[in-house]
Amino acid sequence: MHTPAIDVHGLRKCYGDQIVLDNVDLTVHAGTVTALLGPNGAGKTTTVHILSTLLRPDGGTAFVNGCDVMRDQAGVRAQIGLTGQFSAVDSLLTGEENLRLMARLRHLGSKRSKARVVELLDQFDLVDAARKPLATYSGGMQRRLDLAMTLVQAPSVIFLDEPTAGLDPRSRRTLWDIVRGLVAEGATVLLTTQYLDEADQLADRIAVLDGGRIVAEGTPNELKRLVPGGHLRLRFADAAALDTAARLLDECTRDAVDLALTVPSDGGIGALRSVLDRLDTAHIEVADLSTHTPDLDDVFLALTGTKTPAGPVDAKGMTS
Amino acid sequence: MTTVSARVKPAAGIRRPSHVIADSLTMLHRNLLHMVRYPGLSVFTIVGPVVILLLFVFVFGGTLGAGLPGVNATGGRAAYLAYVVPGILLITIAGTAGGTATTVSMDMTTGVTARFRTMAISRAAVLAGHVLGNAIQALIAVALVLGVGLLIGFRPTASPLEWMAAAGLLALVAYAISWLGVAMGMQAKSVETASNLPLILTLLPLLGSGFVPTESMPAGLAWFALYQPFTPFIETIRGLLLGTPLGTNPVFALGWCVVIAFLGYSWSRVIYERKSVR
Repeated sequence: MHTPAIDVHGLRKCYGDQIVLDNVDLTVHAGTVTALLGPNGAGKTTTVHILSTLLRPDGGTAFVNGCDVMRDQAGVRAQIGLTGQFSAVDSLLTGEENLRLMARLRHLGSKRSKARVVELLDQFDLVDAARKPLATYSGGMQRRLDLAMTLVQAPSVIFLDEPTAGLDPRSRRTLWDIVRGLVAEGATVLLTTQYLDEADQLADRIAVLDGGRIVAEGTPNELKRLVPGGHLRLRFADAAALDTAARLLDECTRDAVDLALTVPSDGGIGALRSVLDRLDTAHIEVADLSTHTPDLDDVFLALTGTKTPAGPVDAKGMTS
Repeated sequence: MTTVSARVKPAAGIRRPSHVIADSLTMLHRNLLHMVRYPGLSVFTIVGPVVILLLFVFVFGGTLGAGLPGVNATGGRAAYLAYVVPGILLITIAGTAGGTATTVSMDMTTGVTARFRTMAISRAAVLAGHVLGNAIQALIAVALVLGVGLLIGFRPTASPLEWMAAAGLLALVAYAISWLGVAMGMQAKSVETASNLPLILTLLPLLGSGFVPTESMPAGLAWFALYQPFTPFIETIRGLLLGTPLGTNPVFALGWCVVIAFLGYSWSRVIYERKSVR
């Protein structure tokens, strides 16, 4: 198959005079994970909604597995699964009933439905809660159920719209593992996130979206190379130590008030050891040390030259 | 790329129509399950009309009944009970629209409707599930309210055929009003608005021939009462159950059902595409 799983060209979307998507191009190859990284209001959700046939674009083309999202909605819908940032589960039913509802709507037949529901409950660790009303589910459980509902018919293209927003670190990790499992089984995933580390953990490629435009695209490593935000922060006991250290280390920035130095670093152990060795040789005591890895702010600083992303944040519910 | 899409299209296109009925039944099953699981909303749609019935018969009935044409002072309450039951039955149906609007609105705000839209299910099935579920709920409520009426002395004179006609019309009205409830639920920006919007419908039987003859109203109101849908509904049911003259009322009643169902259906279809993204 040479048809990309997702193929987007010149996608545009406006609400009134506000441009939400401005000429977005995006190609996702089958069996890979692409992360759409961007702040609130960048157009991530709008992109996903267009690709999942919920919204009509104002211009450009979008294909999912070769099906036009505007002309062949049924074709697209038969192949995709969408899990949004808000759990779209029926809170008046139990987890099991929710899954069975999805199985019936996917026309699996009663025997296969039953087997698939059991399988999913087990895979998503929801067996104990299967017959309980959703009111008793935690946020993480609801999100897992939501995702399980999306996967009832093993869609070939899966959209995950901020799948871990509002989850605690453990639930986040569980969800990451699930996503990795899906990809291992051959699914194509387009995920949106505000977190660089999430994109880094999961994605083969990252597209950075800002103010409705793709401002950078590449592998996580390519992207990180663009971002010089990693540094070490060293704090000293007194001004004398600070001065000596500042003379010793290249390219550092002095913060006289906090008695601290900021030293650019790639975050590696080697760089850290060399800095500490040099201070050690000069008998300078370090009071406190912290390492800072590049985050979304740094990405935007590097890519757009602004610390604050340019995206409109108040797009009346149509944000991110 | 286009050649590939041409190959995928027919397969997906052919599969769809055959599932509309199955999907509607699945959605209906879901709505009935809600009803069983959370009977609160259903109980309210029955208790409300029963309270109004008892209030109007036992508190106001003696005096209101005496004012009905051709009724002597002693038979007031019994005469009024017979007069008011058809109106109460239609208030019951109108009242269930609030429940539909609430559940539809909840689906819209939680993203459940959006999920259905990303699946290969026809929109007619999603909406039909709500409409049929509500129509069934309305008919159950009507039967129970009628039961209370019979208990307190309502004595219809209808033949089996007239009973069937009355049941048929009530089902049709329930179906039409449900479409309106679905549309109102989709239109509403919040669940709270959705539950209040259909209250207007429950006022209509009061502003028609449900509780007093329209001739006793001031000219402007009497005109409105005569030409609004609930008057022919009520007059037809009254005619079928109690043998009062039917006139052209059945024709208008059926016509209004078609118009209301069509309006509600078109309205909700348009919004379904436009509004199910939050």
